[in-house]
Amino acid sequence: MSTPDGGTRPAPTDSGPRPSTPTTPTPKKDDPAMAQRIDVKDLNIYYGDFLAVEGVTMTIEPRSVTAFIGPSGCGKSTFLRTLNRMHEVIPGASVHGSVEMEGVDLYGADIDPVAVRRQIGMVFQRPNPFPTMSIEENVLAGVRLLNKKISKSDAADLVEASLASANLWNEVKDRLQKPGAGLSGGQQQRLCIARAIAVKPQVLLMDEPCSALDPISTLAIEDLITELKKDYTIVIVTHNMQQAARVSDRTGFFNIAGTGSPGKLIEMDDTGTMFSTPKEKATEDYISGRFG
Amino acid sequence: MTTTAADTRAPSPAPSNGPDRPRPPRRRTRAADRGFNRAFRYLATSAGTLILIALAAVAGFLLWQSWPALTSSGSEIASKVSFFQGQSSLASYLGPLIFGTLLAAAVALAVATPLAIGIALFTSHYAPRRLASLLGWVIDLLAAIPSVVYGLWGALVLAPTIQPVWQWVSNVLGWIPLFKGPAADPARVLLTVSLVLAVMILPIITAVSREVFLQTPKLHEEAALALGATRWEMIRTAVLPFGRSGVVSAAMLGLGRALGETMAVVMILSPGLTYSFALLLAGKQQTIAANIALKYPEANSLGMSTLMATGLALFVITMVVNMASRWVVGRRKEFSGAN
Repeated sequence: MSTPDGGTRPAPTDSGPRPSTPTTPTPKKDDPAMAQRIDVKDLNIYYGDFLAVEGVTMTIEPRSVTAFIGPSGCGKSTFLRTLNRMHEVIPGASVHGSVEMEGVDLYGADIDPVAVRRQIGMVFQRPNPFPTMSIEENVLAGVRLLNKKISKSDAADLVEASLASANLWNEVKDRLQKPGAGLSGGQQQRLCIARAIAVKPQVLLMDEPCSALDPISTLAIEDLITELKKDYTIVIVTHNMQQAARVSDRTGFFNIAGTGSPGKLIEMDDTGTMFSTPKEKATEDYISGRFG
Repeated sequence: MTTTAADTRAPSPAPSNGPDRPRPPRRRTRAADRGFNRAFRYLATSAGTLILIALAAVAGFLLWQSWPALTSSGSEIASKVSFFQGQSSLASYLGPLIFGTLLAAAVALAVATPLAIGIALFTSHYAPRRLASLLGWVIDLLAAIPSVVYGLWGALVLAPTIQPVWQWVSNVLGWIPLFKGPAADPARVLLTVSLVLAVMILPIITAVSREVFLQTPKLHEEAALALGATRWEMIRTAVLPFGRSGVVSAAMLGLGRALGETMAVVMILSPGLTYSFALLLAGKQQTIAANIALKYPEANSLGMSTLMATGLALFVITMVVNMASRWVVGRRKEFSGAN
């Protein structure tokens, strides 16, 4: 049902490169946290009349980590935000092209952006737990939004499971009723990850999740990303190339020709290939630090 | 000479002179800076102190002026003050006035606050920018209308017009003591007054709430949206909790105005001195400020003093209300988002 696109990606179904991808992409309909593949085709992203990102075509594999690298302002964060329709939250912003998740166009006329965001979670650059909520309420915030009547014991289980998945449970289990804003930056970011995965999304988008954190917290998050890719499709934007090399399976390099011109996806490949033998000279220059 | 001074001082730190001694030109700029700093500090401190002095002076003045009434017995005041007839003590005179004042202000606040929050949310999160600024401008304009105009409008236009509505309300909801009928005609009743007061305090509550809502961090709004919140859910999870303390402050500013409003009440309300919750009956309640304005022309010295005592009560009420609101705002400080 998913039409194959240009060929900048390896064939998705026979999953050659990575052993982590199961050979059957949509086997478990009963699993709520089922990771899904995303196909992007000829995506143009606008702020008003300004074309910010031009002609992106790519495939994001399920149960893997896809990293986007590139200089500031090249549109990688902007592109990330189009994957869960957060881009259009900005006044005047618009998107042309298609983003398909398992064959369903997320920008289709009958698709509710709210529903999209419930399936594709997001973690932001700066930790943003709700300041008026306790740690527990923060984790449950998304579930409560779904208007699910959730029993006390189920809620407690969900809080524990989500915080445990985010490697935060042991640190906060004795102070679940304390405000989330009282945690350290790294803990807050893991709380945000717990909040995002508590609603069992299919895809998790991370917009520079470690850029406001110290090296130890960064390491904790990176370990967590490696853990989470067993269950989720993860897309991460990072300024840190070592991080991309450490955590991701595939890497996309975005670049911009100059101020005012649109950002483009220059190259996308397996992370090992990208960092050893990139095809494009721009990629090589950027990765080796000879950018500009 | 300056260079030698600098040279000789360099090896000897001279701890008592402080670090800004060594280089003369630099010291000059620092000294000027410090002078301005100091002047500004004094200016700020004296401005802050002045407000406290003014407040203390008002309290002292009220206490001093009302002292004769506070120390006289009820029968003594009743014998000398015409409007005090039939009262046994100052407390029995003051009680219904305090009650009426609080009732009128509370009803006004109950009407105005939800409306103001709604308008503020509409202008901050729903309306297109041009409509939002137009609406904000119109709301601000409401604050510029003199209260005597509100009073005239309330007495001459609103009271006759709204009477059938009040009649209907008393027919339908008459079993609630608040809406006991039959509604007075013309509707010179407390509910009409509260409605006018609500319109008068609407601008301040709206303006402050709007500013607070606009300051909600984008991060928190996006956090809610990214979790799959609709716009209303985003407002409920991110905007309203963040703006809560600001809205309470705004409501208290409005309440302060409603408590002290004089002319509109004088012109609209048919007064009475009872502890009645009946908002639709005439001649039941009166507010302190309106009572002072009405009784002031005919008051002799002890009468003046009695009115001053009611003024003192209003002063205390306003202060208590403000302190209570501070307490409400500060109660969950660690959840406020300020950290």
